[in-house]
Amino acid sequence: MTIRFESKVPSGPLSQKWTKYRHEVKLVNPANKRKFHVIVIGSGLAGASAAATLAELGYNVKCFCFQDSPRRAHSIAAQGGINAAKNYRNDGDSIYRLFYDTIKGGDFRSREGNVHRLAEVSVNIIDQCVAQGVPFAREYGGLLDNRSFGGAQVSRTFYARGQTGQQLLLGAYQALSRQISLGAVKMYPRTEMLDLVVVNGHAKGVITRDLVTGEISAHASDAVVLATGGYGNVFYLSTNAQGSNVTATWRAHKKGAAFANPCYTQIHPTCIPVSGEHQSKLTLMSESLRNDGRVWVPKKSGDVRQPQDIPEEDRDYYLERKYPSYGNLAPRDISSRAAKQVCDEGRGVGPGGRGVYLDFGDAIRRFSKEKIEERYGNLFEMYERITGENAYERPMRIYPAVHYTMGGLWVDYTLMSNLPGLFVIGEANFSDHGANRLGASALMQGLADGYFILPYTIGEYFTSTPKLLPSTDHEEFKKAEEEVTASTNRLLSVKGKRTVTEFHRQLGKLMWDKCGMARTAESLKEALEKIPAIREEFHENVNVMGDATELNQHLERAGRVADYMEFAELLVLDALRREESCGGHFREEYQTEDGEALRNDEEFSYVACWEYQGEGNPPVMHKEPLVYEEVRMTQRSYK
Amino acid sequence: MNLTLKVWRQKDASSSGRFVEYEARNIIEEMSFLEMLDVVNEELVAKGEDPIAFDHDCREGICGTCGIVIDGSPHGPWDATTTCQLHMRAFKSGDVITIEPWRAKAFPVIRDLIVDRSAFDRIIQAGGFISVSTGGAPDGNAIPVSKDDADMAMDAAQCIGCGACVAACKNASAMLFVSAKVSHLGLLPQGEVEQDRRVLNMVRAMDAEGFGNCTNIGSCEAVCPKEISVDFIGRMNRDYRRALLRNE
Ligand SMILES: Cc1cc2nc3c(=O)[nH]c(=O)nc-3n(C[C@H](O)[C@H](O)[C@H](O)COP(=O)(O)OP(=O)(O)OC[C@H]3O[C@@H](n4cnc5c(N)ncnc54)[C@H](O)[C@@H]3O)c2cc1C
Ligand code: FES
Repeated sequence: MTIRFESKVPSGPLSQKWTKYRHEVKLVNPANKRKFHVIVIGSGLAGASAAATLAELGYNVKCFCFQDSPRRAHSIAAQGGINAAKNYRNDGDSIYRLFYDTIKGGDFRSREGNVHRLAEVSVNIIDQCVAQGVPFAREYGGLLDNRSFGGAQVSRTFYARGQTGQQLLLGAYQALSRQISLGAVKMYPRTEMLDLVVVNGHAKGVITRDLVTGEISAHASDAVVLATGGYGNVFYLSTNAQGSNVTATWRAHKKGAAFANPCYTQIHPTCIPVSGEHQSKLTLMSESLRNDGRVWVPKKSGDVRQPQDIPEEDRDYYLERKYPSYGNLAPRDISSRAAKQVCDEGRGVGPGGRGVYLDFGDAIRRFSKEKIEERYGNLFEMYERITGENAYERPMRIYPAVHYTMGGLWVDYTLMSNLPGLFVIGEANFSDHGANRLGASALMQGLADGYFILPYTIGEYFTSTPKLLPSTDHEEFKKAEEEVTASTNRLLSVKGKRTVTEFHRQLGKLMWDKCGMARTAESLKEALEKIPAIREEFHENVNVMGDATELNQHLERAGRVADYMEFAELLVLDALRREESCGGHFREEYQTEDGEALRNDEEFSYVACWEYQGEGNPPVMHKEPLVYEEVRMTQRSYK
Repeated sequence: MNLTLKVWRQKDASSSGRFVEYEARNIIEEMSFLEMLDVVNEELVAKGEDPIAFDHDCREGICGTCGIVIDGSPHGPWDATTTCQLHMRAFKSGDVITIEPWRAKAFPVIRDLIVDRSAFDRIIQAGGFISVSTGGAPDGNAIPVSKDDADMAMDAAQCIGCGACVAACKNASAMLFVSAKVSHLGLLPQGEVEQDRRVLNMVRAMDAEGFGNCTNIGSCEAVCPKEISVDFIGRMNRDYRRALLRNE
């Protein structure tokens, strides 16, 4: 059987595609919606907004998350803001400009049709959130305020202090809570999806584990929506929450859903550097800091003077030097690589030489300490709690860290994967950011998918396929349940010598060293050799305590790490096969004379869609060609 | 540094718990409190003992998942700081640290340091929202909101729902949590419309969950990692009385 990866982007002029789709899509009769059951896995921005909206429309919804409350999904951690093409600043913004910035920011590796739709609905998102009571920052006149983010020359980012993700998520959580109280959504917190159930080639349910009692259950539905976030923790250290995982998407992949562009991972330039082996996560310092902070390192390598003792002429403000028109606001991939480069030259600062300065001295002199405090006070406090240093007095030290994953399960224009009935939204899909995501665009995409896109497109699946809601007695459910129980018991029975964390750290270090900010054919081949060995040792020598019928955080973690062990190999393979540099994927062999990413549009302007072939068999790659009707691909320049 | 920990261990909701002593060795200042517990857990696993269960996720002070009573104080000794953001710089070698879960009737212990806070979700479900459905919202700038109101709404909206306020209160009252949500929504024109219904329903749900009364001592504000002000409690009381009068 050959699977074809057709984008299903509607024909017609770019700006009319989404309107046309909405006009032509067949609607589900309101009286019938109640008969359709939808499972939503995840309660982040994407999942909570989708679950609430589907319930408002009349569908029967079950929603699952692994945290103790849907309000705690990882989306809560987003600091900086959310983009929308409102042009409230009258600075020349438009839907087209947001579309173009996103396509260019993604290094011309995303789908035109999807991205234009995203820019179109961005304006509705702000309206919706305001109506829900999201307390966005306001100006004295009472109107909404904006700030600038990397990769854009207009001011289109809406924000709620340094807690935009929190406020947007609470808005979605409250909408979800309202539907829960109306009985339209049944919420399952502290419940982890461990497998997808496929009946007659369609996604028709999930197997879950109750994280308090350990009970394994089967749930059937007419469609399944995955909104389970990104897989950045495959690198062990990242800015993601501890529980963020690839389990839901990976297990769906093993049931037939294609994984697209797994090698597109984003490294964020402004994180607090690693302080030692004990480190469990890395903390982001919002990109908004680059509005006022200046990035620099000493000109000479091995300069051990304190930052305040290094005079202007001995400092290299390398972003301003290399990218005069964007300066400190150059996109993330470019800023991150530039930081790595100066540290590789021995000019890094702080313990281990893996850091650069982000200096607010000039901004404080220009505005005042109070002004800077008003803008970023909470970030400066967070920095001080973690490092013990006062960033009003000495520059912050920052270094890039894994932050976001552009790759994810493949979806068509309707956000449905190649497995009919399986929809994937938010960071979990591969859709709109190409090879690099612009700041403040993930929140926009999660809410676009959940509030405004999926609720329409899921109806197309229901009206175009015969209704089938299987019973959980169906043999596919039984089989999946048995597999889940067996693999859990296998992990518990190894009783080896090394902890889950040790294995995760080992895998993560390998991934960061060989497949991180810079990749080569050689480093990737080395990783491909080493990953299976780590994986084998994991299954022979891991020590998972406790048993399966109780709250067992070790077991949860072990299951997630087991999936990372498999997934890591696919990520590296994808990176090896993509013999070009684009966005966050930087292959050292492919760079311009001045060290910028060198794309190869002739051969690589496609989406790599990986299909699982069973354990021990190499996966097969299919290509979805990227067709650009409107935009001309150019070499990205931020000079 | 080396520390002695007295940790509350409890197998599940129906078992009784007790304090168990552990040594935490080679702890460094740069570690967060939870990373210190990670180190202890790694050693426990190596010895074949059950690791200490504690809740956490973002580890950057925003998700509200973590929460431990440290030496009698919810989230420990630093002001305006969640447990995950507390760093070991706050302690010195030789310290003996007592570590226990939130204690409140409405927050039953699930295991060790983990408690069930679903009561908070049920209170929000009773009215902590604005009743608008997706679609059809007017332009975001259609209704201006004064900066002062927006800022004050944001002060209240910052609540992370961790439950430290309940854990700190001798009556295990949830007034700070509930008043933060009631005030956040009531301060905005969009939410003001259904404020009466909201405050009545949320207070009723709060009482039904078994949280205690507020006696104006202010321990909740003192431990709140987001420094939510007790002024919001006063504000909610006013809203509540007005709603009662109007809806009698
Ligand atoms: C520190 C930080 C700051 C950021 N700042 C910004 C910003 O300023 N602007 C911006 O646009 N983006 C930002 N991002 C990115 C953005 O926050 C995320 O991409 C986005 O919130 C992801 O939303 P989501 O709904 O797809 O997934 P998440 O919010 O990650 O939610 C995943 C959900 O799935 C559930 N789940 C996962 N696996 C399972 C399973 N197996 N079973 C059951 N449930 C499961 C979880 O419980 C959770 O509810 C930031 C990210 C980080 C890490
Ligand atoms: S773990 Fe999220 S607030 Fe502490």
